Amino acid sequence: MAVLECPGCQYRYDEAQGDAHEGYPPGTLFESLPEEFTCPDCGVRYKEEFQKLVSD
Amino acid sequence: MTTYTLQHPDKGLISYTDKKRYLWIASVIMPIFPMLGIFCYYQTGSQWALAIPLVFTYLVIPVLDWLFGSDENNPPEEIVPQLEEDRYYRILTYITVPMHFGVLIAIAWFVGTHELTIWSVIAMALTAGSYSGLGINTAHELGHKKPPFERLLAKLVLAVPAYGHFCIEHNRGHHTHVATPGDPASSRMGESIYKFIWREIPGAFKRGWEQEKVRLNRLDKSVWSLDNDILQSFAISAVLQGGLIIAFGWIMLPFLALHNFWAWFQLTSANYIEHYGLKRDKDANGRYERCQPHHSWNANYIFSNIVLFHLERHSDHHANPTRRYQSLRNFEDLPELPNGYYGMYLLAYVPWLWYRVMDKRVLALPHINGDLSRVNIDPDCREAIVAKYGQGELVAA
Repeated sequence: MAVLECPGCQYRYDEAQGDAHEGYPPGTLFESLPEEFTCPDCGVRYKEEFQKLVSD
Repeated sequence: MTTYTLQHPDKGLISYTDKKRYLWIASVIMPIFPMLGIFCYYQTGSQWALAIPLVFTYLVIPVLDWLFGSDENNPPEEIVPQLEEDRYYRILTYITVPMHFGVLIAIAWFVGTHELTIWSVIAMALTAGSYSGLGINTAHELGHKKPPFERLLAKLVLAVPAYGHFCIEHNRGHHTHVATPGDPASSRMGESIYKFIWREIPGAFKRGWEQEKVRLNRLDKSVWSLDNDILQSFAISAVLQGGLIIAFGWIMLPFLALHNFWAWFQLTSANYIEHYGLKRDKDANGRYERCQPHHSWNANYIFSNIVLFHLERHSDHHANPTRRYQSLRNFEDLPELPNGYYGMYLLAYVPWLWYRVMDKRVLALPHINGDLSRVNIDPDCREAIVAKYGQGELVAA
């Protein structure tokens, strides 16, 4: 499970946690988020701009 | 005055004092102005006194912007984390939230319990609407922040002018699609504010509602669920405004309708002037480039920036939307508005004058340099604009 970060506002998407408010259950892989996904906090950064912080 | 300091390994001691620190308190004492008309009415007995707050907002503030001029000062980047952590700034935004409820209730009480001419009721509705427009501005500042408490306050204050969809639509819709032809909250060159409003108000509601629907569907919930953030805010509006109608009678219907419309129109006005004619280029994948500071019109005027929690430093806001108001920066070579927002609103209300002042400014921007293909143009006006300015012709500032 990986953690990915928005390079603009540092919002973190943790695959293990998902994002309950956004409707992504725990275990949802970043890869499987919609293609048009943009950062839920800043709305500026596209999905492919997110940077992987840790993975195992 | 608080001074922030940092010992930097390369740059040595960095220190910063925010000269506007105590000026931000003006945002909290702004309700004095809506109430000033009522105070002067009691002093003089003349209903003309009720127009004072509107005169202040639309005539005095633009003059004060011209008199006090610009503040282009920026905090050093290294100091920004300390500045953002200083709770003083955010507490000011928190305090304004209950004040927006209080001012609307006070003005509604005045309208509902005094014998007033129709013109006085209109003046009070516009005054209350202008102040609730500032409430949308407070919601804008709070709704961009990450702590849930601040997002809750944004939802609450949006209930005052019944504009509960704003934060969802603004953060996810406008910020993602800003300065593109399809964005209902970015105005096009040649589009008057009176045409723009028909795209902006319904377009924003529709987009906000759709986004909330998609989010709730992912949670396997109906859009009519109690978890709908938009409906929660509108429910508070119904209690507040329904309560005012019950308490003060039928006069509240036209009063609240005009109040709500005028508050929304403040946002329409801000959206109109913030990105007029600006367009993001498409990258090699056919996708719009990331929003840059030159995709928003900026203004550094001291007075109106203080009133609006630095909203006019809009270029940095769109490039870095979660940055707090006290940390927003000015940059070199930004699209610059020739007055603060309130002065620019007046200009926008007279379309021929707006085009005369702004169209040449759009074309003279360094990244546009007269190239009409890089301008967001109203398709209905394209022919006339091409005939007037030519394709690719350089236009002097």
